[in-house]
Amino acid sequence: MKADRLLMMTTAEFEIWDVHTHLSGVPGDTPEARLGRLLEYADRLDIARLCVFMGMSWSHDPSPEVMRRENDEVLRAVRHFSDRAFGFVYLNPRHTQASLDELNRCVRDGPMVGVKLWVAQHCNEPALDPIIARAAELKAPVLQHAWLKITGNLPGESTPKDVAELAARHPQATIICAHTGGNWERGIRAIRPYPHVYAELCGSDPTAGFTEMAVRELGAERVLYGSDAGGRSFASQLAKVLGANISTTAKRLILAGNAKRILQPILREKGIHL
Amino acid sequence: MTGGQPIASLGRRDFLQMAAIATGVGALGITRGGQAAGASTRLIDVNAYLSGCPLRHLPDEDTSDLVSRLRRHGVAQAWVGSLDGLLHRDVATVNARLADECRRHGDGLLVPFGSINPKLPDWEDDLRRCVEEHQMPGIRLHPNYHGYTLDDPDFAKLLRMAAERGLIVQLALIMEDERTMHPLLRVEPTNVKGLLALLKETPGLRIVLLNSQRVLGGRALADLLGAGEVYVEIAMLEGVGGVANLLAQAPRDRVLFGSYAPVFYFESALLKLQESPLSDEQLRAIRCENARRLLAKER
Repeated sequence: MKADRLLMMTTAEFEIWDVHTHLSGVPGDTPEARLGRLLEYADRLDIARLCVFMGMSWSHDPSPEVMRRENDEVLRAVRHFSDRAFGFVYLNPRHTQASLDELNRCVRDGPMVGVKLWVAQHCNEPALDPIIARAAELKAPVLQHAWLKITGNLPGESTPKDVAELAARHPQATIICAHTGGNWERGIRAIRPYPHVYAELCGSDPTAGFTEMAVRELGAERVLYGSDAGGRSFASQLAKVLGANISTTAKRLILAGNAKRILQPILREKGIHL
Repeated sequence: MTGGQPIASLGRRDFLQMAAIATGVGALGITRGGQAAGASTRLIDVNAYLSGCPLRHLPDEDTSDLVSRLRRHGVAQAWVGSLDGLLHRDVATVNARLADECRRHGDGLLVPFGSINPKLPDWEDDLRRCVEEHQMPGIRLHPNYHGYTLDDPDFAKLLRMAAERGLIVQLALIMEDERTMHPLLRVEPTNVKGLLALLKETPGLRIVLLNSQRVLGGRALADLLGAGEVYVEIAMLEGVGGVANLLAQAPRDRVLFGSYAPVFYFESALLKLQESPLSDEQLRAIRCENARRLLAKER
């Protein structure tokens, strides 16, 4: 139904993968109902694939049981839409062994293809080391939430500088700096020295210049489109790429090319060929 | 401008007629499916700015770049304030430059909305100049940057005077996510407490809330919309399907298209219209018709 899209954007000319979505912001009593609703909106913007993580309700510091429940919800959702969505396993480094067990359950033995770390613990803590090392062995990228709030971070909330410290210890890992720290002018600088760290654009206002700076300072090969839907709009975050004064080649990398390159090794191991 | 005639030389009625032509209201024989956009498919962006930002270079801070982008996306008219109006104290020159910039760029695309700071001495003369010298159809207010709350008597007086002169009042509630502000430029959002009473006390007031959708919703929004001629726009609206969700709370005729360009990527607002499943009537209302009707209400 595109008759009402007169004078609108031409999203269809791009392949789009969204590396950051949640089962939130849309109605639905089950995980698959919510993911189905998200995909309906994604379809309107020609977004082909979603990476999804965390459950129907969230915990800053989940117990092993809660962690498992949230991951089960994501597993259930992506099972219904295996051609459209990939799951990332949500882990809590404050429970290292439980996290390693969950990583093996959901990624080594299950269909998930990445790791999500949120705000339970600063990511420069040594407790993360075995998790990151294991994720690298499994070829699973690690998406680490990072914000730098002038209003004050949560007690365990990582900054881009924390991500940089983690990255320095794990050159073999693929690390995604989620939100590029929100304060992206600082975030881009913080991760700049580490070529295995990617700037992810989601979860902040669509302030003009963000993507241009990321491409200029990191190269388009290190920038990823994500939305943080359903709390954020797919649209506002997509505009950061489609509205940026960067080349079409760079847009293609950011919208899907980089995500495919990062995920291809683990997808291949799972028998998924793009 | 539709030709080379400066805005300053036009009467107010002439200006409004010119604006109607620029938005395609007077266009004939243009169909929705054609290359040329008719009135129903054109856009009126009620939340754009000119000039630069003190915090960063904006890709479209040059007016000609902004005009090019707006034109590329089918914008027929953009209501623009000046970012200088936030911190400059010489508001008269801010507004004069704004009017001049609108006259020199875009052939009538840009419609200036002057800044008024009611905490400055003799602000009433700034208001007079907006109307009499610059023929502006409205003003844009930034209470949190000018250090007053909405229960300030000067604000009430400003609303009264604006209503008497038939001006549209644009009230910007925030300009940036509080979390990412520069540490030396932290500004609390404008609290709408007090506005409800003023709407009831000020006959003829037409008010557009800019950048309101991060901080205003639910009952508070419904109360304001029900109390007077209040409009909202979508620049800071977030969440999947945000426009459709907003239309569940706000009457269709009170929702306007706003981009907050060039501070935000213009495409954000445009893509939000694509993200939400909207009827043709809803799209037409938001894209153009509501703003056109609002601007046409000369008093």
